[in-house]
Amino acid sequence: MDAVIENFPLLWGGFLRTLALLGIAGVSAMLLGTLVAGMRLSPISSMRTVATVYTEVLRNTPLTLVLFGFAVIVPILGLQPRGVDSQTQFFILAAIGLSLYTSPFIAEAIRSGVNSIPVGQAEAARSIGLGFGQTLSSVVLPQAIRMVIPPLINVLIALTKNTSVAGGFFVVELIGASRKAINDRGDEVIAILLSVAFFYLLVTITLGRIAAVVEKRVAVLR
Amino acid sequence: MRFRNALTATALAAAGVLVLAGCTDSAAPTGDEPTEAPTSVKVPYEDGTTMADLADAGSITIGTKFTQPLFGLAGPDGVPEGFDIEIGKLIAAQLDIAPENIEWVETVSANREPFIQSGQVDIVIATYTINDKRKEVVSFAGPYYEAGQDILVPSGNPEGIDGPDWFADNPDATVCTVSGSTSLTNIQAYTTNILEAADYADCLDPIRNGQAVAVTTDNVILAGLADQSGGEFEVVNAPFTQEPYGIGLALDDTDFRMWINDVLEQSYDDGSWAAAWEATAGKVLDLPDPPAVDRY
Repeated sequence: MDAVIENFPLLWGGFLRTLALLGIAGVSAMLLGTLVAGMRLSPISSMRTVATVYTEVLRNTPLTLVLFGFAVIVPILGLQPRGVDSQTQFFILAAIGLSLYTSPFIAEAIRSGVNSIPVGQAEAARSIGLGFGQTLSSVVLPQAIRMVIPPLINVLIALTKNTSVAGGFFVVELIGASRKAINDRGDEVIAILLSVAFFYLLVTITLGRIAAVVEKRVAVLR
Repeated sequence: MRFRNALTATALAAAGVLVLAGCTDSAAPTGDEPTEAPTSVKVPYEDGTTMADLADAGSITIGTKFTQPLFGLAGPDGVPEGFDIEIGKLIAAQLDIAPENIEWVETVSANREPFIQSGQVDIVIATYTINDKRKEVVSFAGPYYEAGQDILVPSGNPEGIDGPDWFADNPDATVCTVSGSTSLTNIQAYTTNILEAADYADCLDPIRNGQAVAVTTDNVILAGLADQSGGEFEVVNAPFTQEPYGIGLALDDTDFRMWINDVLEQSYDDGSWAAAWEATAGKVLDLPDPPAVDRY
């Protein structure tokens, strides 16, 4: 236990970086996922095709490969972000990789919600003169999102744990920090790993509680 | 193995009682051991010592690195090769254990102490730097080699890096090392612009892509990387720390530790240490003077 206390600043720094990855990737995956879901539902067939290919390619590629692509191949192509130091470069690349990887899961969750809205809702919206975008954003999505709070939180919890993969690609998040602590205190590996698990639980259980509260507040009686 | 350690401890305690009681019947030869092996340091071993247990069992389990060129690198057949391996064979030979009866277990930096503490390995020879923190949980025979932290740069040294002070003068330059290593702690005294990789080999791509200018860690590890890169990288050869590599073993097994120290000193004298070096790391690095063992 004293190894955890001794290395607390290190682990705390890793925890904050995990939170930062989760925040950035979570928000951008939400935005991107909503966009992709909209494209998949769109009346224009080329948009549907693009969105389908995007979804299938990203969600069927192992996350390690996606992050490897961003941490190793992107710099080889010289496409890494400029004007920041190398640590920040790899942080940005990992955040982009996590956002892209997570967005299809968000998109599919939202699409399943949209599909659960009776088609009469959309027909009614169209019949009073709303366009596709208006129908989706003002009538269908507000109902659909409420239906899919639990699966969306599921995706975010998975994302929380997925941030650990970035620890293998030059980002010192919780797992990277624990690797440092373990190398320093090889006699207390179990205590350090348990404390890391505790930090993850802190995030994921909070997310679960938030989901329960939000679900209750936005529930609609049908 | 844990059971055997418990046995060892009990036997040692019993032996201690016997000695205290003034019993003269100590160190009876166990009979089935060769009594005139010319290379052995101490034959036969006292009953109950780790040496006697290992010699009786005819096998030893040694933890080593499988990914460390020149020191411990396992090929496709899973058999590791390198200087650490040769040192392990030297020790096993003193126990009349043939090289093929050594069981090699892969240890990485994070699991060396737990493997020793739980008895999963008898000893660890794995570019294992002796330091005070580690001495609190395991004990170290040796050192059998003294490495020093150095810097690896692209061939021709385009940045003109001559030592760690260069990083203090060029705070914008990024240096790459492995997170959690002693090397990281050492270089932090010079710069904060450090890229932390999971493995030293992972540091090479950021250098090729201009995201880092150099790798820093023990010179022997860098020599292995330089050797593998086929001339793409070179070592600056200005070591700025001392990293004594020791042989890790159970904390309370002082007899075994002193015995390994004897074996090492003998190998310094009879040339087998130098031969082991020449056959492995000596292909890339000069033959160093063997370090004096530390009988703390």
